[in-house]
Amino acid sequence: MPGKLKAKIVAGRHLPVMDRASDLTDAFVEVKFGNTTFKTDVFPKSLNPQWNSEWFKFEVDDEDLQDEPLQITVLDHDTYSANDAIGKVYIDIDPLLCTEAASVISGWFPIYDTIHGIRGEINVLVKVELFNDLNRFRQSSCGVKFFCTTSIPRGYRAAMVHGFVEELVVNEDPEYQWIDRIRTPRASNEARQRLISLMSGELQRKIGLKVLEMGGNAVVGYLQCFDLEGESGLVVRAIGTACTLEKHSSGSLVNTHTHPNTAPASNACNSPSKDGKEPVFGEDLPSSSGPPTPFRNLPTSSSSPPPFSPCKPCSRQSSSSDTDLSLTPKTGMGSGGSAGKEAGPLKTLLRQQTQTALEQREFPFFTLTSFPPSFLVHVGGVVSARSVKLLDRIHNPDEPETRDAWWEELRQEIKSHAKALGCHAVVGYSENTSICEEVCILSASGTAAILNPRYMREGCLDIGSTDQRFDDPSPPSCGFCHIPYDELNMPFPAQLTYCYNCRRQKVPDVLFTTINLPAEAAVTGKGCLIQARLCRLKKKAQGEVNATAISNLLPFMEYELHTQLMNKLKLRSMNALFGLHIQISVGENMLLGLASATGVYLTALPAPGGIQIAGKASGDLNNEQHVQSIQKRINDTIAKNKELYQINPPELTEEGVGSPIPEPRHRSRLFRSHSESSDEVSELDLSHGKKDAFVLEIDDTDAVEDIHSLLTDASPPTGFYTCNTETMPGIYNWTTAVQMFTSVRVLRLSNANLSNQSLNKIFTDLCENLLKSFYFKLRSNIPCCLCHLNFTVAVPEEELIQVSVTAVAMTFDKDQNQEGFITKGGNETEEQLQFPLELCADSSSTNAQPSSKFSGVPENTIVSSRAASVDYGSFADRCSTWLELLRLKANTIRRGSVKTSRRTQSLAHSVSSLEHCSPLTEGRPRSLRSSRSFGGSSVTMVKMTPLSFLPGTRIIKFLGIINMFFIRETTSLREEGGVSGFLHTFIAEVFAMVRAHVAALGGNAVVSYSMKDCVLMENPNKNQAQCLINVSGDAVICVRETDQEPMTSMTNIGQTCAADGAT
Amino acid sequence: MAVELDVFVGNTTIMDEEVYQLWLDGYTVNDAVKVRMAGGVLDECEANQDVLLSDTMDQYRTFQMCERLLQSPAKLANQLLFQIPPHRQTMLIERYYAFDDVFVREVLGKKLSKGTKKDLDDISAKTGVTLKSCRRQFDNFKRVFKVVEELKGPLVENIRQHFLLSDKLARDYAAIVFFANNRFETGKKKLQYLTFQDFAFCAGQLINNWTVGAVDNMVEDMDVDLDKEFLQELKELKILITDKDLLDQHKSLVCTALRGKTKAFAEMEANFKNLSRGLVNIATKLTNTKDVRDFFIDLVEKFIEPCRSDRWTPADIKLYLTHYTNSAHILDSFKHQAVWDRYMGVIKSCIYKMYHD
Repeated sequence: MPGKLKAKIVAGRHLPVMDRASDLTDAFVEVKFGNTTFKTDVFPKSLNPQWNSEWFKFEVDDEDLQDEPLQITVLDHDTYSANDAIGKVYIDIDPLLCTEAASVISGWFPIYDTIHGIRGEINVLVKVELFNDLNRFRQSSCGVKFFCTTSIPRGYRAAMVHGFVEELVVNEDPEYQWIDRIRTPRASNEARQRLISLMSGELQRKIGLKVLEMGGNAVVGYLQCFDLEGESGLVVRAIGTACTLEKHSSGSLVNTHTHPNTAPASNACNSPSKDGKEPVFGEDLPSSSGPPTPFRNLPTSSSSPPPFSPCKPCSRQSSSSDTDLSLTPKTGMGSGGSAGKEAGPLKTLLRQQTQTALEQREFPFFTLTSFPPSFLVHVGGVVSARSVKLLDRIHNPDEPETRDAWWEELRQEIKSHAKALGCHAVVGYSENTSICEEVCILSASGTAAILNPRYMREGCLDIGSTDQRFDDPSPPSCGFCHIPYDELNMPFPAQLTYCYNCRRQKVPDVLFTTINLPAEAAVTGKGCLIQARLCRLKKKAQGEVNATAISNLLPFMEYELHTQLMNKLKLRSMNALFGLHIQISVGENMLLGLASATGVYLTALPAPGGIQIAGKASGDLNNEQHVQSIQKRINDTIAKNKELYQINPPELTEEGVGSPIPEPRHRSRLFRSHSESSDEVSELDLSHGKKDAFVLEIDDTDAVEDIHSLLTDASPPTGFYTCNTETMPGIYNWTTAVQMFTSVRVLRLSNANLSNQSLNKIFTDLCENLLKSFYFKLRSNIPCCLCHLNFTVAVPEEELIQVSVTAVAMTFDKDQNQEGFITKGGNETEEQLQFPLELCADSSSTNAQPSSKFSGVPENTIVSSRAASVDYGSFADRCSTWLELLRLKANTIRRGSVKTSRRTQSLAHSVSSLEHCSPLTEGRPRSLRSSRSFGGSSVTMVKMTPLSFLPGTRIIKFLGIINMFFIRETTSLREEGGVSGFLHTFIAEVFAMVRAHVAALGGNAVVSYSMKDCVLMENPNKNQAQCLINVSGDAVICVRETDQEPMTSMTNIGQTCAADGAT
Repeated sequence: MAVELDVFVGNTTIMDEEVYQLWLDGYTVNDAVKVRMAGGVLDECEANQDVLLSDTMDQYRTFQMCERLLQSPAKLANQLLFQIPPHRQTMLIERYYAFDDVFVREVLGKKLSKGTKKDLDDISAKTGVTLKSCRRQFDNFKRVFKVVEELKGPLVENIRQHFLLSDKLARDYAAIVFFANNRFETGKKKLQYLTFQDFAFCAGQLINNWTVGAVDNMVEDMDVDLDKEFLQELKELKILITDKDLLDQHKSLVCTALRGKTKAFAEMEANFKNLSRGLVNIATKLTNTKDVRDFFIDLVEKFIEPCRSDRWTPADIKLYLTHYTNSAHILDSFKHQAVWDRYMGVIKSCIYKMYHD
């Protein structure tokens, strides 16, 4: 019995009218934890009840504390019939279980109902007293900290990175239980929300246990997902990286802008296995069949494109396609030799060292995407694996072995791919699913890498440690680009050159990764978001046939996506992709593929060649002209892009843009599908010196489409940059203005007989138009960068395509004039602070009502930050009001002639208006009191960002993980403004609930925020819709870089104002 | 291909002031898009019409969701659904409660009842203000009226407190409430030349000087109802016109003071008795509700029109009224100096404000 949970219900406000007759509500509250329930008294006839309850105490196991949420239900008392539920609040008390995180939860929570949305707010206080438990066999893992952030959280150092942790729990989905036929939608939704909350609590606890076993104390890069498998059940799974974190002693680590982190990304190219179905490119593939072999056996050849190695069928239910591929060339190692070959022995030594450290681990995977300097030694390239499974009912929820086995297979696959690339670890690792009916595509991807062995041994991720050069002689700005594999035994064809930066090691011509751009990397110019988009129709089918069809399509899609990425990369004259994330979504009659990444020009890598257009037959004059005009357009675009992204590496200047068009004879031999293969490249090499070139055969319809999509991708308008990684290289002077947003668009394909081409166009336009909308909406933030643009695609039902985007617009200072901005901001804060503090004193002294006091909140910082948020605006208003009133009266006096009597009157006036200033003085007219009774506490501004930091601020405390799951349903879709109105409200409500929870923990921001799921089902004919949203992030307290105290809401306001400025 | 759903939600609610104004003005989404296109917004950011349509719909939806909160502005500050920085909240409220002078001119002094609401389409047709906007403005008047009706304390202050409006706007609303409560006639043809701001100024004068609140600040309706005692006392002023000696004495004092100071002296002298009778009669009749309603029309008919036909300048008016008021103090037998000043102070500033073309 190691814990005591205490909850107090203080008050409610803005409750809905539950009794039509009186236009009032008789509200009371049920507080439930586990199987224990307490009730408050009924507070009759009020929309702003003051329960001010006693402390409700729950004595519970810490296991339960971790699993269960505190459930608060607000009801309307009804003497004659059943009490009506107004809504609920689920509070995750996990943050209170960590000594370092929050110590109390206190604040206003939106009262949420799955049918009506937010219905008023309730003020709650929650505390936990934990007793020490020395039981070795305990099932709880209290005290393990969780972070969504996929880097070492600011303010901490990693004493040791233990490695991969994963867990998965399954259950029946309440929505599909028999009982659902007889219960109300509300009951069903609530059962589901509660179950998922329980399951994620359990999952987190189990992962925590694993971390403790490994000797760690924290999980970073914690990524939790739900698989709604319909009939077959509900899966909640999570992966993360176990670490031992230590707090920075001084807290002196000021994180400035430069550290990018966090961008989950995945990528892959896999080919399916099914016999003989090898795609065209199969011929080039080295050891393409069978399980991947150790890299030594891989044939050597050189080419830039990824090879696809096929794979064997994987599960018993269906065939699976898994393969790996390393999209990019990888580069060499980092030993000190002056030439790549000499480095051999050293490299081996290095690898051996690390391998021993990592080999004991089943999966040397890391969900991190940003690393301390010198952690990453070399990066091999993207590894990914997918498999297609048929779902069947989960028979025994306690034995989730099937699902475990599926993922296990996939991870093995990934591991062997990494090995093939000469790497012993996978970083930037993530896992995804896409489910349609009973078919499920599981995907895993990451970036093969060699890590510095020191970090695997005991602890020392000290940032800025000086001895790193001893291990790794490569300069940090290019070392990670050097190939990790053996030049003579390359896992796939790649074209190697000496590093353009250090000239000592070999580098590939292109590098694809799923991680963020390392902060120390040398980059030329700016980067930009690059997307490849693809639709493929498939026949409707059932069961195995369907699964086979899908798994046969997958490799083609991956190949296409990869080709598109390559072309677009070259069109922008860039040579590396970071944060690559490839999502393949399955629908009944189509597959959607979306690959997003941030392209950059790595100074260490060679300049990309141009793109060549080739006509099929020579001699046709028209055709020739056509080809030439397209070629010209492409060359122009490349030139324009170079200027736009400021890419002018010195080496390039003499070479000019693009390479010459190959000889016609030569051209005619090239087929598009081969254009990326090694042979072509080497041939081109012969004819064009060092430049490889991409050749697009124009008579090929696919190629026409490619060229079309290449040229229709609009670059962002002036003043905008885009990326899907944390930050944009080359931009450092961020202001504090951030605007996080979520946008969802669903397109209905009205025409049943669409071709692949027209579908592609529709899909591409959909994505492009979304971006255009963002530019327009956020135009007041210019100059700004849309960071962490995270696109998610889904096929919710036949003929619907859904794209959801979450990103943050961050403004930067063009003139590098940061000083001025900060000073200005600082002054503002000071001025503004004075009023709120005074007012706070004022209102608590005049106000006997408990609700607005923060009694029982022991922490100074919390009190002060809240106090600061108190209704400054209206106070100032009121001040000026009486001043003005006095002045006005004085005027009248002067004008009038009855001086004496008027003066007294005016004094009386001013007194009366003075009374208005304290909103809660007794004896004031009713309506005044009721509407103003909470005027003393206005809302804390909470910033949200998908990044791991807020520019211009320092995170001084991590308060715990936010992981929330909501369901919203309506049976009056039209009345709520159609699906758009419905979803708009719901997303706004989700934001509001996240903010409220963060504020209640005493925080003022959410970092690493992400919306993992947004599942929308609609039935306009029945006037119904249902939506599920899952969000997560880290609640934090942050301060301005220059301050010690928490940012007050006022400063926040100042910033946000700047953010949404005058539109 | 139809866009089935299209939403954009910012953590800080994004609101475009221009679109907000179009929404307030009652434009449909499509009309708003046309206006925005004409305004050249498309040139920014390489947008196209679809982008504009999508943005406009999003914003309209946001405004509709906010409207409920705007109707009780105090809630806007402590609701959790929208994160809106305070200065934006102030802007939203201020604009929501702003009104068109042409519209308010039509309903000023009318009862804020269902009947009037039914006439809104006529008013809309007449003023060119969209019906939707008319309804919003009318409902705002009614809402403010209803809330302050039951409150004690100064009218302007109550409005400002409850609706978080700026001083200027709160004063305008006070005027509207004051006019609606006393049902002043403002619609007659002779009053058409007066703007809302003229009336609002006069309302301010009346509220500050003639209401109960001018003497006692803690009674209900103190700023809405005229001070009955004062109105009663006004009857005493009658002596100024009924007592022939007093009238002559008053006239000679005024004329002495005015002689040589204005070109209109001859007319002033000739009209003195008429004008004085007019003003004093207005004062003495104010105990009748009916005559209170006709206050402004009386001022125009009895004073402003005669002066205007004699081509007095505004300076003449000021001069005349100043001396007219002050001279009464010198009249030995006139004992009602306080009432006189309280009356004439307001009359003087109202007439001065109303004396224009």
